[in-house]
Amino acid sequence: MDLILQIVAAAMSSGTPLLFAVLGGILIERSGIIQLGAEGIMLMGAVTAALLYLRTGSLAAALPAVLAVSAALGLLHAFLTVTLRVNQIVSGLAMTLFGSGLSAFLGRAIAGQPMPGAVPKLDMPVLDGVPVIGVLVAHLDVLTWLSFALVIALHLYIYRTSWGLHLRALGDSPPTADVMGIPVTAFRYGCVIAGTMLIGLGGADLLLVFSPAWIEDMTAGRGWIAVALIIFARWNPLRALLCAYFFGALDALGFRIQLIGSSIPSYFLKMIPYAVTILVLMYLGWRNRGKPSGSPESLGVPYIREQRL
Amino acid sequence: MNGKAAAAGMDGDAGSARRRPAVPRLRFEFDPVRTGSPWWMPLAAVFAALAVCAVFIAAGGTDPLAVYKKMLTGAFGTRFGLTETLVKAIPLLLCGIGVSIAYRISFWNIGAEGQFLAGAMAATAVTIYMPDLPAVLALPLMTAAGIAAGGLWGLLTALPRAYFQVNELISSLMLNYIALLLLDYVVFGPWRDPGGLNFPGSPMFTADQSLPAFGSTRLHFGLVFALAAALLYAFTFRHTRWGYELRLIGANPEAARNAGISLNKHLLLVMLASGGLAGLAGMAEVSGVAHRLMYGISPGYGYTAIIVAWIARLHPVGLIVSAFLFGGLIVGGYSVQTLGLPSATSEMLQGAVLFFLIAGAAFGMIRIRRVR
Repeated sequence: MDLILQIVAAAMSSGTPLLFAVLGGILIERSGIIQLGAEGIMLMGAVTAALLYLRTGSLAAALPAVLAVSAALGLLHAFLTVTLRVNQIVSGLAMTLFGSGLSAFLGRAIAGQPMPGAVPKLDMPVLDGVPVIGVLVAHLDVLTWLSFALVIALHLYIYRTSWGLHLRALGDSPPTADVMGIPVTAFRYGCVIAGTMLIGLGGADLLLVFSPAWIEDMTAGRGWIAVALIIFARWNPLRALLCAYFFGALDALGFRIQLIGSSIPSYFLKMIPYAVTILVLMYLGWRNRGKPSGSPESLGVPYIREQRL
Repeated sequence: MNGKAAAAGMDGDAGSARRRPAVPRLRFEFDPVRTGSPWWMPLAAVFAALAVCAVFIAAGGTDPLAVYKKMLTGAFGTRFGLTETLVKAIPLLLCGIGVSIAYRISFWNIGAEGQFLAGAMAATAVTIYMPDLPAVLALPLMTAAGIAAGGLWGLLTALPRAYFQVNELISSLMLNYIALLLLDYVVFGPWRDPGGLNFPGSPMFTADQSLPAFGSTRLHFGLVFALAAALLYAFTFRHTRWGYELRLIGANPEAARNAGISLNKHLLLVMLASGGLAGLAGMAEVSGVAHRLMYGISPGYGYTAIIVAWIARLHPVGLIVSAFLFGGLIVGGYSVQTLGLPSATSEMLQGAVLFFLIAGAAFGMIRIRRVR
């Protein structure tokens, strides 16, 4: 029982950066745009947080800077894909390559330096006595609480508001949304920028909470796993929570097995999340054969008002 | 924007062109049908990327002009730099052709890095488990092992896509990480050179296991592989039935299917070829340059190859030119380390070039017209 709780707690801490990135990705893809730059955006978010936090010593300066940098990257992606209608896959790839290069360049001076302090925790001593929940949530940091709030907010937004209905219409059929009077371009810009900010926040969370020192390429593919998790979560924020924690658990599990002194080389344990990502996608493909995947119908198709359908 | 104006613009209005307006006004029109962009666009993209990265370099407290000058002379200025650039261009060209084949049918293989490593490891396996073969046997066997391993690593992406609709971008990238961990395992573990003072690398190859070099330079026989691959690539797509079928799939998969072309079969063949070329690059790198398998054998060749392919617009001659240029960028990236900059400088430049390249291609759809 104790071991299970430990694994769940570890899954939450390594799953939260993924959760931010998946939520951001869901918001972007719901509007019909593919964002494959998550890896580069997370790295930029992490390096911005590290630079600002080390220089100013204040999270109140670091987190807004992370949001500003990711918003700028989001604006770039939106300009390229919505206004210039370039290939969304290539734009995302460019963002990944540029983000990992630029973050390594910017972070070279602070590589390995520990952060000046941990993210403040929301202590709730009342919960200490409660058996399971108490152990898990009584002393969580504010960013994890923010991720919970975002899951609920995004779920309510997508499924329970008229704006959410507009968003879903936009992703499924932009011409219909256009006829309904929804400003397609502005809406897409908004979603891409807001979603990219969430992805950047995921990178900041990875740096500030999970492993508090900047290392080149520290995301190690988490951005790409987040892209896969969007499919796994069927573009649904509540499922995103479960999926992100599942992958967080895989990450934690490898580390645990190593700790108890298994003879399996650590390199193979580190492969688990990557291999499971492919296997899960294969399982989903097999289960959903011939059925809709839950993906927005117009995902990746640029909208040209004058184009004949 | 304005359908009528766009149509009029396409026909041209020679009759009214002589009447000069009092105040000429420029109007930007967006014409999504025009997809061509001028030949100088890639060059403009490179210069724009240099300009943007100069801002970041200057912000870091280094003179960007000095950095670029250092990169230029480091990569192309000396005999050593030039051969070194060619040495780096070999894996870039092979991997670039590999991904180009896949991109021709819109299959987004970004796993050249993993396929490269698979090829490098398979070639090394030959030297480890059959150490005493003569050159006539060892080199062909290593080449075959490299191609086969790269191709099989590519199939690991193609099979899930063909039969389970797994997004190839994700699976090919995941396989890159798996290959990298496998490399770390073998060079830190079972294949580590016992006499290597804990250096994470396999034992040095013998002369029989090394690709011959040209004269006393580091330039090796892999250059012949790369140029032959470029020729074969050009010939296949222009003059063979298979190339025609692939072009058909690339242009319109639905039409190709209706014409009786099996998409899945071609997908598997394409990834065998695409991965095989990257695997060959891996074999050439260990056998021709490093003469051993070691930690960090690839400075991201597989990722740079993606940009090489895009900047060349998948064209064989363009691939040769852009592989040479990006080889220079990698060598230049090393030479700026003496100025205290990380080699990630060249990575940053590569990403920026790709951004401007795609944006530039899109600007090709914008027409500036003088309106009256």
